[in-house]
Amino acid sequence: MSDTIEIARNTLLAPASLSEQDLDRVMDQLLTSQIDTADLYFQASRLESWVLEDGIIRDGNYNIEQGVGVRAISGEKTGFAYTDEIALPSLLEAGRTARAIARAGADGKTRLSRTTPPRQLYAPINPLETMSEEEKITLLRKLDAEARKQDPRVQQVIASLVAAHDVIMVAASDGTLSGDVRPLVRCNVHVIVEADGRREQGSSGGGARQGFQFFIDEDRALEYAREAVRQALVNLEAEAAPAGTMTVVLGSGWPGILLHEAIGHGLEGDFNRKGTSAFAGRIGEKVAASGCTVVDDGTLPGRRGSLSIDDEGTPSECTTLIEDGLLKAYMQDKHNAHLMGTHSTGNGRRESYAHLPLPRMTNTYMLPGQHDPGEIIASVKNGLYAVNFGGGQVDITSGKFVFSASEAYLIENGKVTRPVRGATLIGSGPEVLTEVSMIGNDLALDAGVGTCGKEGQSVPVGVGQPTLRIDNLTVGGTNA
Amino acid sequence: MSEQNQMTTRQAQLEQMVHDLLKEAKQLGASSAEAAVSSDSGLSINVRKGDVETIEHTRDQGLGITVYFDKRKGSASTSDFKPEAIKDTVRAACNIARYTNEDPYTGLADANRMATELPDLDLYHPWDITPEAAIELGITCEAAALELDNRISNTEGAGINSHSGLHVYGNSHGFIGGYPSSRHSLSCSVIGEQDGAMQRDYWYTVGRKSTELEDATAVGREAGERTLARLGSRKISTRQTPVIFRSDIAGGLLRNLVGAISGSSLYRKASFLLDHLGKPIFPDHIQIQENPLIPGGLGSASFDSEGVATYDKQIIRDGVLETYLLGSYSARKLGMQSTANAGGTHNLSITPGEHNLEGLLKEMGNGLLITEMMGQGVNMVTGDYSRGAAGFWVENGEIQFPVEEITIAGNLKQMFAQLLAVGNDEERRSNIRTGSLLIEQMTVAGD
Repeated sequence: MSDTIEIARNTLLAPASLSEQDLDRVMDQLLTSQIDTADLYFQASRLESWVLEDGIIRDGNYNIEQGVGVRAISGEKTGFAYTDEIALPSLLEAGRTARAIARAGADGKTRLSRTTPPRQLYAPINPLETMSEEEKITLLRKLDAEARKQDPRVQQVIASLVAAHDVIMVAASDGTLSGDVRPLVRCNVHVIVEADGRREQGSSGGGARQGFQFFIDEDRALEYAREAVRQALVNLEAEAAPAGTMTVVLGSGWPGILLHEAIGHGLEGDFNRKGTSAFAGRIGEKVAASGCTVVDDGTLPGRRGSLSIDDEGTPSECTTLIEDGLLKAYMQDKHNAHLMGTHSTGNGRRESYAHLPLPRMTNTYMLPGQHDPGEIIASVKNGLYAVNFGGGQVDITSGKFVFSASEAYLIENGKVTRPVRGATLIGSGPEVLTEVSMIGNDLALDAGVGTCGKEGQSVPVGVGQPTLRIDNLTVGGTNA
Repeated sequence: MSEQNQMTTRQAQLEQMVHDLLKEAKQLGASSAEAAVSSDSGLSINVRKGDVETIEHTRDQGLGITVYFDKRKGSASTSDFKPEAIKDTVRAACNIARYTNEDPYTGLADANRMATELPDLDLYHPWDITPEAAIELGITCEAAALELDNRISNTEGAGINSHSGLHVYGNSHGFIGGYPSSRHSLSCSVIGEQDGAMQRDYWYTVGRKSTELEDATAVGREAGERTLARLGSRKISTRQTPVIFRSDIAGGLLRNLVGAISGSSLYRKASFLLDHLGKPIFPDHIQIQENPLIPGGLGSASFDSEGVATYDKQIIRDGVLETYLLGSYSARKLGMQSTANAGGTHNLSITPGEHNLEGLLKEMGNGLLITEMMGQGVNMVTGDYSRGAAGFWVENGEIQFPVEEITIAGNLKQMFAQLLAVGNDEERRSNIRTGSLLIEQMTVAGD
């Protein structure tokens, strides 16, 4: 069971009676024009979701997708076509379309050789089958009960359970022939509370590249229900957030979305090859305070952002992006790495066979420092303590980024005091980490909820960080 | 065969698939069912630095089925159109319905609301442009931006997209409807540099017909002008100030309105406009309407995603909320009738005022003109609004300098109540049409 390439072959090629020789043939056809490299990406996925609302299992959905994407690259040019029919004639047709990017020229021959990933970071299971339908439904009901049990002010509970089973296979003109079986589960609880005519919401969830047992272990799912209610009740008491530039302490874990937006996107290889990123040409420069070390690590077992191999067949790596404040490296896929004269860092990712691979993050986090989190808060006279966030966004060219706090408190005279309403924080990517003056010893990764969007493609990612003190960050409240 | 004939044949195939899906569902014991099938193909080309960068040939298809076993519901979807895959999909939906609970509000929309007339809304105008011609167009577009000024230092390139497709929906009331549509666009994004700081901006044009697209040179030049205008951006201090949302980004505020008066937010009590039907939420000069049947409109449709006939409606009349936006499920939950908004709105517009953007700037006097928004900091339950922004500082109605790295914050309920004026500089590239919007006061956070 552990041979993922075998599973991928049985799932993707066998039903269409495709052999590896057929793939060689498609590849040869692709390489008959002036094409430097080419790849085929086969995918079959199953997605199942269940939603509980108003105390009943209201909806369920099952999705079946499959297809193959064909990419041909000539210099900086890329041709791409895909088909949802995995069969030789469709493959050859897609190949003819994709290779039209370059015309006439050299003749290429390739022989695919199986490359075995060095390690598997998750079991090649089908997570949809790791629990019976009855058990999934029982779990959702328990979450509803658990949330309502917390407080009579809970008015609405929406709980969802999603599992995806993704089998992929990559064949590339550099000889790569790799497969991966990627389980992914996700659970979320969203609540609305009401008191004295005021309503607020709270949301919590998690996920992993595992089976549904993940949510039973350590009572994780029940904890999501309790946490969603806790957040909503905190927000019921929240006052207007401050407006202006101030000292901000970010909690550990999910607030690491800071790194994803401020640093991560700007260090993706495509933007730096093209010189469109505010970080372009700055390798070796100081872009963060001493003590700040940031990595992108696709090798963490079982995590939502992890990949045994990326979508180009490259084993994922732990890439040090910033080391002790100095910019060290960009994240690369094969295409951009080749054009920049370096190697792929295993960050070539795509949403599906119908999308082109791009350099994307996996799990991006900052390594821990020396300070006790309590000591960090105590060091701040007046400021903001932000512990939970919604989404974020970055303009990689100007470097300006935002991320929106959904749970935050005032710090007054070194103490966390009153909760404040949600507010967006804005800063400049190349500058914000130079404002880090204290790094906590409490590194935590997020619960497995992140989804990153780029050029219309969504992929699962992770973030993390220790508690951080940032001396100057602009907080977008209403209280000027 | 002409393209029109091919489309007619293809539409008949998709309609047959809907029939087959519904038949299969019935055979498996479903008391009712609905199905949608779509098929699109297109070309996406990106040109950068005067040469082609990517050519993507897209071909997407999908089908979805929802089955009802009395009041229990299950759904499934697939991109695989092989007969056995279609059967598997219906089976999967039926399997789901074995486990969902009885829900008294679930089911098809009422039979007497199904669209009976399916007028041709003139949405399908394929563009038989070759990749070579599209590349030339992109090169022309990008060159116009690059030639503009030597501060334009880099480029993300120009993009040409042309997509055509078919969408067919049917349900066991006997309703079946479908139509082809097309959508073409040309965009350009360039980077400028001044004093070591880079800025990027873009422009695009979109239409159902390729002939509706703006001239490639004009698109490139506009992208370049917008980028140049941002050079030298700086932060401003924290303050309370009037703001104008320029028309190209103002649609976001109306999208927030749509979210707040949509059935799913209302029955979940997840809206800051709960219980506001019949109440004033805007000043009395504001009119907002939906006109789903505009020929060639980017949001036009004669039936919603449940087959319900769409119709013209006034949403805000003289500032008062006249209707919620409901599909059949939320309508039943709320004890109301569907407003043919299952799946969203079709051509929403706010009636333009008398001033163009310059006039609006004069009316504002001193304040902030917002031209870009960042992030998603909107809490739909409370209406709390806090988002990143960039734009221009305005004094005495004149633009002074570009502004960046600030946030604007307020509460949507108050922002709607403080909508002082609507420009006549209508943004027409979207399902939501609006001029620039002047809001009396918001909090800007900066230095």
